[in-house]
Amino acid sequence: MDLGRWSYVAVLGFVLIGCLWLEFALRTRVLVRTRRLLASMVIPVLVFYSWDVYAVASGHWTFDPGRILGIHLPGAVPIDEVLFFLVIPLASILTLEAVRSVRGWKAGDEP
Amino acid sequence: MTYTQLGVLAVILVVMFDLWAARTRLVTRRLFWVAYAIIVFFQLITNGMFTGFGIVRYSGDAIIGESSPAAGPPAFIGDGRLAFAPVEDLLFGFALVLLSLCCWIWLGCRGLQRTPLAGPPIWRRTTPPPSPFAPFDGTNGKIPPDSNNI
Repeated sequence: MDLGRWSYVAVLGFVLIGCLWLEFALRTRVLVRTRRLLASMVIPVLVFYSWDVYAVASGHWTFDPGRILGIHLPGAVPIDEVLFFLVIPLASILTLEAVRSVRGWKAGDEP
Repeated sequence: MTYTQLGVLAVILVVMFDLWAARTRLVTRRLFWVAYAIIVFFQLITNGMFTGFGIVRYSGDAIIGESSPAAGPPAFIGDGRLAFAPVEDLLFGFALVLLSLCCWIWLGCRGLQRTPLAGPPIWRRTTPPPSPFAPFDGTNGKIPPDSNNI
């Protein structure tokens, strides 16, 4: 197996290492609110997947075929990109809830 | 449209979504901006990896700077780049982060798994709950007034 092809996914792994510990250390309780988490990702994935299709078709950006897994979804979007659109919302939500856990500031969704 | 134009448009649309469609008004909250400051710091590191290692390359026709070179990393800073990545990525990232957080908060406001709330951190002690053992001796943890009569 060519390890270079895992480069993109490895960067996502770095992001996950950087943020998943917040769930336990700061009790962000994001992963346990699974349905809310997954539902939060629907619109960002749809919007940014569409953006990716357009950007790839227009040649705005290209991916080194030796550094991605090599599986493409409709619109020539690498599956690595879809993982990106799942990991970044997760990291963002964990960070927001981490700040809320430590500082106690309001987000507007309090009961 | 270029990546630059799309980035500006995306930020405007997502801020409008935050303020007037979802009405989450995150951009008016200190919580969001402190979280974003942390996120953008790590974004520069991860984006720097994507672009510095050449995992993703950009076309000079779509961005302010020149195309990513065929070999080797692009400019670390300058030529429309910051930490190897086009500055447009900051717009893209802001839009993705704000849209994700808006959806999260909006669903919470709608009552989808609003609780359990975040916190407190594990190092911060919470007030101990009433002892579950208290009912067993019927004294609620206090010495009964007639106890020295026994």
